[in-house]
Amino acid sequence: MILRGVVRNLRLGVKDILLHKTRSLLTTLGVVFGVGSVIAMLAVGEGASQDALAEIRKVGSNNIIIQAQKDIDDESSGRQRTRMSIYGLKYEDEARIREMGSAIRRTVPVRLMRRDARVGDRKLELRVVGTVQGWFDLVPRRIVAGRVLRTSDTEQNARVCVLTETGARRLLAGAHILGEKILISRQYFEVVGIVESGTGGRNIAVPDEEVDAYIPMSTQLQLFGEVNARITSGSFEIEKVELHQILVEIDGDELVEPMAKAIEAMLRAFHTRKDYKMNVPLALLRQAEKTKRTFNIVLGSIAGISLLVGGIGIMNIMLASVTERTREIGVRRAIGARRGQIILQFLIETMVLAGSGGLVGVGVGMLIPALITRFSGMPTVVPLYSLFLSFGISVAIGLVFGIYPAVRAARLDPIVALRHE
Amino acid sequence: MTGAGQPGFAGAVIRLEDMAKTYRIGEVDVHALRRVSLTIERGGFWAILGPSGSGKSTLMNLIGCLDRPTSGRYWLDGANVEDLEDDELSAYRLRHLGFVFQSFNLIPQLTVRENIELPMYYRGTPPAESVKRAEHLAELVGLSDRLAHRPVELSGGQCQRVAIARALANDPPVILADEPTGNLDSRTGEQIMEMLCGLHREGRTLILVTHESRVAGYAEKRLWLKDGAVERIEGGAA
Ligand SMILES: Nc1ncnc2c1ncn2[C@@H]1O[C@H](COP(=O)(O)OP(=O)(O)OP(=O)(O)O)[C@@H](O)[C@H]1O
Ligand SMILES: [Mg+2]
Repeated sequence: MILRGVVRNLRLGVKDILLHKTRSLLTTLGVVFGVGSVIAMLAVGEGASQDALAEIRKVGSNNIIIQAQKDIDDESSGRQRTRMSIYGLKYEDEARIREMGSAIRRTVPVRLMRRDARVGDRKLELRVVGTVQGWFDLVPRRIVAGRVLRTSDTEQNARVCVLTETGARRLLAGAHILGEKILISRQYFEVVGIVESGTGGRNIAVPDEEVDAYIPMSTQLQLFGEVNARITSGSFEIEKVELHQILVEIDGDELVEPMAKAIEAMLRAFHTRKDYKMNVPLALLRQAEKTKRTFNIVLGSIAGISLLVGGIGIMNIMLASVTERTREIGVRRAIGARRGQIILQFLIETMVLAGSGGLVGVGVGMLIPALITRFSGMPTVVPLYSLFLSFGISVAIGLVFGIYPAVRAARLDPIVALRHE
Repeated sequence: MTGAGQPGFAGAVIRLEDMAKTYRIGEVDVHALRRVSLTIERGGFWAILGPSGSGKSTLMNLIGCLDRPTSGRYWLDGANVEDLEDDELSAYRLRHLGFVFQSFNLIPQLTVRENIELPMYYRGTPPAESVKRAEHLAELVGLSDRLAHRPVELSGGQCQRVAIARALANDPPVILADEPTGNLDSRTGEQIMEMLCGLHREGRTLILVTHESRVAGYAEKRLWLKDGAVERIEGGAA
């Protein structure tokens, strides 16, 4: 019985809206934008978290990456032709971190150089990553061919290298890859394996790059030493860096941030300059949460105000409609409609009106995040549930703001209503 | 239905006892109706006459359970109704009474079919049955071909015929008509009166308010009101 009443009143509500298209549209504008803002809000939040998660997945949420960094003071003072800079992480830093307790599962030292690699007459600039076998545990990438570095490689100062897929393709062009000897700075290395290429991170220091060559760090030190010389635009730069990166794997998500703090405190104590940078991927999630919160406040306020204004607008138009249709209400009551049936009728009409605004709002809501992404580059993802949720909110607005007009309609004295002109 | 609670009035469908309605406007009491007692037998046909402001509509509204008396008692179909809750009064109107108004009072945004179906909808009649009955009633008032029309597309006489069909939707024993021909020309008015007389011949109780003695001439009994009191009743003892 109630269902039939609902369906019937729904139909009448839709009819009424189609009868007054412009009026209905204007009335529901607040709800339209309110609903749109709710969806946009959730889309920005979802986009930020998904983006952060995707980034973190590249690195591993339990990892901390400490990077050597030339500090700014050092950079600006160097106007002379030749500079020697000594900075970065020390072997002792790694040792100290390793000894910080059971929360540290392992550490991986990384030394970086840029060198040309040659095979026959092919030449390619590589990032040569001197590291240990543990790298491949902390930066797990699919093994395309062969193997990764082994502990024995480090022990024997083996002249082996692992290439990334992209590097291998460019340098070797598909010719018998494994076992091929490549020349890196006049030193021969045997290609023992190929791993999937890294893609790099946007907001995060991802350890691997697209064109990397991984060699044992012991071999690297033996062949190239700690000093890196480099000629750039006429000036001669010499760098002495022990470690460019230390990758730290922490035992458990909840320990990542406290341990990052502890490591940073330790580094601060031992370094006179801030020549390192902490990268805590998990902190990205926190950053995403912050972005989300900011947007929630802004868009949430817009949504709240729009919905409130929209609700009041709808209530206003429904009150006008009740007045306009006083006689109709009188007739319905005279025929035998109970007060509850009049309330139901007006409530549903209000909900249909608000819900139609909600439908338009859902469209607007799918558009706003697209515009945000387009103009600010912020990633947005419209979650499916947000469409239903915000539509539900619009109907609920109709319900809440429809109560007063509906009760007013039901309270009318049938005789007075019938006499109404 | 035989008025078991009221043994003395087995044949009465409407029984008023000392019904009074007083409106208080500022300091002044307006006595719209003064202690009217009245018994209307089942199947009767009454016309209520009187000068403007004599209380005809007030009486009709009380009989129609749209209004509550200031004092007095009222039995409708054997049940005492003056103390009923609003919802119960609605139920009485829905089942026992059919209204025909001077200004038709069709709902403009509904089609003829929907207008006729309205009382059945409020009663919860199954849709299939309601559709069938609406078509039957439309045929009865000669508007089968107008079911999909809206009231604005109909003439006054046609509107009143729809209103009669609507009044009959729930097959009520009593039809109340407040100046049903007041907005119609005399020829159309006569057609409407013929239709109403037909309802009376079917055995329904018919009470109508009118100014026109020609219309009142159709009735079995005529009741004159003056200043809110019964002046006289013509056509047999009440
Ligand atoms: N709501 C009201 N408030 C105050 N006075 C009222 C109200 N309704 C009716 N009256 C008064 O009650 C008296 C009877 O009114 P009623 O409408 O019953 O007259 P009527 O006989 O139907 O007149 P008409 O032939 O003009 O329709 C009138 O004096 C009127 O002013
Ligand atoms: Mg009157």
